[in-house]
Amino acid sequence: MQLSRQTLFTLALLLIGLVLPHFVYPVFLMKGLCFALFASAFDLLLGHVGLLSFGHAMFFGFAGYVTAHAAREWALSPELSILLGVLTATLLGLVTGWLAIRRQGIYFAMVTLALAQMMYFVAVEAPFTHGEDGIQGVPRGLLFGLIPLNDPLAIYYTVLAIFVLGLALIHRVVQSPFGQVLKAIRDNEPRAISLGYRVDQYKLLAFVLSAGISGLAGSVKALVFQLASLTDVHWHASGEVVLMTLLGGGGTLFGPTLGAFVVVIIQNSLAEAGSWVTIIQGAIFVLCVLAFRRGIVGTLSPWFAKIGIKV
Amino acid sequence: MNKSNLFLTAAVGLMVWSGAAQAQFTDNKVKIGVLTDLSGTYSDLAGQGSIEAAKLAIEDFGGKVAGVPIELVTADHQNKGDIGSAIARKWYESDGVDAIFDLVTSSVGIAVREVSKEKGKIDVNSGAGTSALTNDKCSPTGFHWAYDTYALANGTGNAVVKQGGDTWFFLTADYTFGQNMQAQTERVIKVNGGKVLGAVKHPFPNADFSSFLMQAQSSNAKIIGLANSGSDTINAIKQAKEFGITQSGQQLAALLVFITDVHSMGLDVAQKMLLTTGYYWDMDDPSRAFAKRFAAHMNGKMPTMVQAGVYSSVRHYLRAIEAAKTDDGPKVADKMRELPIVDFFAKNGHLRPDGRMVHDMYLVQVKTPQESKVPWDYYKVLRTIPGDEAYQPLSESTCPLVKK
Amino acid sequence: MPTVFGIPMAALFGQVVLGCVNGAFYALLSLGLALIFGLLNVINFAHGALYMMGAFAAWLLLGYAGIGYWGSLILAPLIVALIAGLIERLLLSHLYKLDHLYGLLLTFGLALLLEGLFRQQFGVSGLPYAVPPELQGVWNLGFMILPIYRGWVVAVSVVVCVSIWALIEKTKLGAILRAATENPTLLAAFGVNVPLLMTATFCLGAALAGLSGVLAAPIYSVNPLMGSNLIIVVFAVVVIGGMGSIMGAVVTGFALGLIEGLCKVFVPQVTATAVFVIMAIVLLVRPAGLFGKRR
Repeated sequence: MQLSRQTLFTLALLLIGLVLPHFVYPVFLMKGLCFALFASAFDLLLGHVGLLSFGHAMFFGFAGYVTAHAAREWALSPELSILLGVLTATLLGLVTGWLAIRRQGIYFAMVTLALAQMMYFVAVEAPFTHGEDGIQGVPRGLLFGLIPLNDPLAIYYTVLAIFVLGLALIHRVVQSPFGQVLKAIRDNEPRAISLGYRVDQYKLLAFVLSAGISGLAGSVKALVFQLASLTDVHWHASGEVVLMTLLGGGGTLFGPTLGAFVVVIIQNSLAEAGSWVTIIQGAIFVLCVLAFRRGIVGTLSPWFAKIGIKV
Repeated sequence: MNKSNLFLTAAVGLMVWSGAAQAQFTDNKVKIGVLTDLSGTYSDLAGQGSIEAAKLAIEDFGGKVAGVPIELVTADHQNKGDIGSAIARKWYESDGVDAIFDLVTSSVGIAVREVSKEKGKIDVNSGAGTSALTNDKCSPTGFHWAYDTYALANGTGNAVVKQGGDTWFFLTADYTFGQNMQAQTERVIKVNGGKVLGAVKHPFPNADFSSFLMQAQSSNAKIIGLANSGSDTINAIKQAKEFGITQSGQQLAALLVFITDVHSMGLDVAQKMLLTTGYYWDMDDPSRAFAKRFAAHMNGKMPTMVQAGVYSSVRHYLRAIEAAKTDDGPKVADKMRELPIVDFFAKNGHLRPDGRMVHDMYLVQVKTPQESKVPWDYYKVLRTIPGDEAYQPLSESTCPLVKK
Repeated sequence: MPTVFGIPMAALFGQVVLGCVNGAFYALLSLGLALIFGLLNVINFAHGALYMMGAFAAWLLLGYAGIGYWGSLILAPLIVALIAGLIERLLLSHLYKLDHLYGLLLTFGLALLLEGLFRQQFGVSGLPYAVPPELQGVWNLGFMILPIYRGWVVAVSVVVCVSIWALIEKTKLGAILRAATENPTLLAAFGVNVPLLMTATFCLGAALAGLSGVLAAPIYSVNPLMGSNLIIVVFAVVVIGGMGSIMGAVVTGFALGLIEGLCKVFVPQVTATAVFVIMAIVLLVRPAGLFGKRR
């Protein structure tokens, strides 16, 4: 059988993902994977519809809360807890998206930011989130009643599988006819309208999808770290996912993933150095915006394209 | 790292691992973590001072215990439960840390307690207040050292109600510690025949208390109870003065005050305040001796009960390792419970099955500027509250480890 | 004591007065944002950081140059404006040809960078800054004790907001500014130096943020994070008022302060969310904001 370079490249990446936990601390890798999925979901809007949401933390964080609550208080299985988290994020996406897509560009960013801040204060006030303390000691449980997720490798491979499926779904959506319409809206919205597409419905559907997958990432993160906290609904988290996407390269398949890992590595290596993480993130932001708007993968992609690999 | 190096490391690792199995020490050293607030609102009362206190305790052992070296790691949890638990998890899982100390602020304390319990590792909390640590959240390898909300409510609440402050309104920091502090003070007030007229929750940390104070004022309670700590308490007290609340006859009762808070408020603002503490540096010769050593490393700052508690707990932990000849969590914890605690901090301390370190507490009053003779001369000790009276009776504990 | 809906009048009036004080800050900050947005089409995410730097400038001037509150009231906004001028010339001006979102992203990065630097240098526990002796003391309003300083903040805010409004609506400079907002290309053809006008506007907006910072220093302790949560509320104020509308920013700023005050009396749990709920409703009914023109 003749394997294309693209397939080989994807398989190689997968192989790295499979062996890496034997060399690197798995919780760290899982954190990277969760944020990578989150950034990829976010990029579905930014890179493929041209909508910059500054409030995606509400989906990520709230799904985490619901999953943590379901697993801890209702003793639901991990798969059901995650499902509930994703459903919550999807519904939240439907409501906030319906409001936000009425505006474009900067206005859209501001509206999503403000709605997310509202959800942040809801999280602060609502009793089930336990405010400042967050939901702690979330049991990881048995996946499908069989796989004990307390085992570091078992949960790692589960998270990896979810990540791969999530990324495949996003890729599939982008390649589909639906995705082509989204691109048309991104490049020239008035033209898409004049062609008879009901642009608002397409945008809303993309928004809801993006919210749902962000929720998936948040739910998984809650199980990995066994806690859900205000950090993940704060606007800093919304900003972080923008940074990851921008740095890695928006509108590419692997850009957000790479960006997420770079940011998580920075956070990890500077965790004990106080505010330097924020300073460096800010500096990267400024550099990316001024001089590096296509991101790492966006810059490398012509080079990869020459050897027949789409990244 | 090149290939041969990798193999070498692996081989050495294997040797160390098999060697350790005999000597009962993982990776042939005792690794202690101090997880604290190095940059936030609690960095004064814990922070760098807690790290210095732990260093002093290690120094007193000559840097070695039971023949293996003692290593210290430190980190800043920024008062966030998620950051704290992520660091603790990494310390236990990949850095070989055996026990974690300080753990100031209740949300971090509880988050780390969950991780330590799951991993069977020791956590000794000197910084956090919540008594949940020795109730629902108790652990066979977890201890609560310097003070807790129950003892504070008991000490200060009792004294204030007995002076005639029988109607209360609470300003409560909206997280475990604040809610816990309020609930336990309410209990003490009611037992003594007082009444609680209302409460308002404020975010943590908070800068502007004016509107909360306005609510407290319109409740007409005699006492405004401050169930918060650190800069929140300081700001609330200062602003109460600014808005003329203390002048109009209402009094403030701050339930958790550290000596560093009094220092930054100044005696002019803090004078005559009643408070409960687990340690005061100017109590007797041993406490003064420690304070002097500590101050020499900390630009003349005197230790708080948290920092003194870190020293006392690290010392006790190392003594238990010396006796048990292992760094295995449950075994060391058993030994810690077995040995009595006698040092400058606890005259006759002991560890209960729920993890509470029972020791005497002190009801003190802040001196007036005229009474204070030397720097940091801030407290008059009114009463020593015996440990068994200060802390929650074991019979009331909801900790499942307590056999009833 | 007289009551309204079971709430003591004193408490009600007290919270309304305190709401006015908060509203004074909202108005000053959203005014600056609206000015910048009107001409530059940039949502200045670093506005909160500039506000914080105003407070720090006052604190540093006192500590290192012995310059007190009154000097800082003039100097600190100038310092902040100078820094803002550099930011606009060196960084922001390169982005005007691109999508306006890049301006938002750049200033977001700057906000992180500046806040991080100040946190690293000064910690987050807050530094004290005393009320100037001339403004110490209290007024007894009957229903509450109001520290004179808080009354002063409201007065300054009202005077500054009215002056800026008069500057833009009644003077020749204001006319040029309004013209530039409508059609910068045409104005440039008339020989007006539009880039300079943009820099000046950004500096003016920043100076307003710096001034708010100095005013805030004695009330809230000087803290690197003091602007970071405030700024999102101010964004909502700008959206409600109508982006770029001067009048809208000022009126909405004060109105929201009052509404928050009322919320604290009647339904304290929703105080923090109220502004965003209002924003959502306004967006549904009048997408361009209360005072905004549909673009």
